Amino acid sequence: MLLSIDWIFIIEKCILIAVIIGISLVVAMYETWAERKVAAIMQDRRGPNRAGVFGILQPMADGLKLFMKEEIIPNLSNRFLFVLGPGLAMLTAMMTSAVVPWSSHLDIKGRMVSLQVADINIGILYIFGVVSMGVYGIMIGGWASNNKFSLLAAVRGASQIISYELAMGLSFIALLMLTGTLSLRTIVEQQQDHLYNFIYQPLGFFIFLICAFAECNRTPFDLSEAENELNFGYHQEYSSMKLGFYLFAEYVNMFISSAVMATLFFGGYDIPFVNDISFGQQHGQNVLAILQGLSLFVKVGVFIFFFMWVRWTIPRFRYDQLMRLGWKILIPLALINMLATGFIILLRNNGWHL
Amino acid sequence: MSATQVLFWFLSVLAIFSAIMMVASKNPIHSVLWLIIVFFAISGHYVLLNAQFLAIVNLIVYAGAIMVLFLFVIMLMNLNADTEPQKNKWLKMAGVIAGGALLLVFVAALKNADLKNQLVQTNSGEIGLINNLGLSLFHDYVVPFEVSSVLFLSAMVGAVVIAKKND
Repeated sequence: MLLSIDWIFIIEKCILIAVIIGISLVVAMYETWAERKVAAIMQDRRGPNRAGVFGILQPMADGLKLFMKEEIIPNLSNRFLFVLGPGLAMLTAMMTSAVVPWSSHLDIKGRMVSLQVADINIGILYIFGVVSMGVYGIMIGGWASNNKFSLLAAVRGASQIISYELAMGLSFIALLMLTGTLSLRTIVEQQQDHLYNFIYQPLGFFIFLICAFAECNRTPFDLSEAENELNFGYHQEYSSMKLGFYLFAEYVNMFISSAVMATLFFGGYDIPFVNDISFGQQHGQNVLAILQGLSLFVKVGVFIFFFMWVRWTIPRFRYDQLMRLGWKILIPLALINMLATGFIILLRNNGWHL
Repeated sequence: MSATQVLFWFLSVLAIFSAIMMVASKNPIHSVLWLIIVFFAISGHYVLLNAQFLAIVNLIVYAGAIMVLFLFVIMLMNLNADTEPQKNKWLKMAGVIAGGALLLVFVAALKNADLKNQLVQTNSGEIGLINNLGLSLFHDYVVPFEVSSVLFLSAMVGAVVIAKKND
C-alpha cells in the first residue's frame, strides 16, 4: 500500500479531534446563553427564558436566526478574502485545543488512549504561535470588507492583540523557568506532585489573565468591536453566519484560553485534594480519567464565569489607556517578574533554601 | 512512498508554488498572503526534520509578527493592483540577472559540499529539539549569542529614537 502507518492511532486521534471540536462548539454555544443569564442576574433581570426551560434552547434559536438571515457580500469587497476572514478566525480559535491535555488517559482493552491530541515538546510555544496567527482573521476580514471603518477597526484590534502578546509571552517565560519544560502534559504532572503554579507565579498569572482578556477581545478590551461608541468594528460589513463565526470564535477563544489558564496555573486535569494515582488504582483508570476531565471542566467553567463577571462590571478602556496599560505597565511588570523568578531560581540552585 | 515522503513533496510543491505566486501576483496584499503560506510550508519542512522549535519560532516571528507589520503598512497605504507602479523593463531585466547570479552562486557553493553522503535525518535528528538547541546555544555559542543580543538592543533603541523624533 501507499502508506505504512498505524491506522488505529490515526482513527483514535481523528475521533478525539472530532469530540474536542464538538465539545468546544457546544460549550461556546452555551457560553452565549450563560453570558446573557449572567448579565441578567447582574442587572436584576430574568434573561432569555422563552425558548425551552430557562431559555435552554436559546442558542439554537440564535444560531437558526443567523443562518436564516440574508447573506450580504459587499460589491467592492474582495470576495475570497471576505469569506476567508471569519473562517480563519474560527480556525485559529480551534487550533489551540490540539495541545491541551483534557485528561490523563483512558484504558480501552489494554490500549492507553491519551486524551490529548498532540503532546509536542513545544506545547506552550505552539499556543503562542497560534495566538499570534489570530490577528489574520481580524485583519483580512477588516481589509476585505473595503470599508474604511472596518479597516481602522481591524488595525485597532490587531495592534491591541500584538501589544498584549508581548506581555503574555514574557509571563510564559517566567513560568517556563520554573517548570523547565514546554510540554503541557509534563507541566500538569509536575503540578500533581507539587503545589499549583499559581502559588509560585501569582503575578505571572494575573498578567496572563489580563492578556487573555485582551487576546479574546473581551471587555474591558473589546475596542475592536466597541459597537456603541466606535462603530461596529472589523465585522461591520458582515452579516448572517459569517458575522456569527466572528462572534462565535470569540466564545471558542474564551473557552480554550480558560482551559490553557487552568492547565498552566491551576493544575489542569488534576483533581484538587485527591491523590490521583492511588484513586486510579482503587476505582480504575477510566473512572479516574473521566473525573479528571470533569475537574478540568469545572476549573474552565469558573474561569468562563470570571470572564463574564468582568464583562458586566468593568467599563471599557479608552484606546490610549489600553496601550499604556499594555506597554507601560504589563510589559515592565512581566519583565520584573521574569527577573525575580530567575534570581530566586539562581539562589536555590546555589544552595539557598527559600 | 512513506507518509514522510508524501508530506515532503506536498510541502515542497506548496512552498515553491506560493513563492512564485508571491512574486507574480499584482496585488500587494495577495503577495503578503502567499508569502505567509510559504512560511507555513517551510515550517512544515522544519517539523519533518524534527526541528520543532525552529518551526514554531519561524511561524511566531515571521508569519505572526513581521508579516502582520507588512500587512499593516500595505493596508494603511491602501496599495492595490491599480496603484502599483509598473517597473520599467530594464529594471526587470536587471532583477532577473541579479537573481540568476545569486542562484549560480548557490549552486557553485553547494556543488562541492559533501551532501550526497549525508541523508536528511527525518524524524530522528535530535539537535532541533529545544533542549539540545538550548544547550548548544548557551554552552558552545554563548559569545555570538550575547553579541547578537547587543545588536537587537541597539535596534530597539534605534526604533524608539525614530519613533520619538517628532515629539
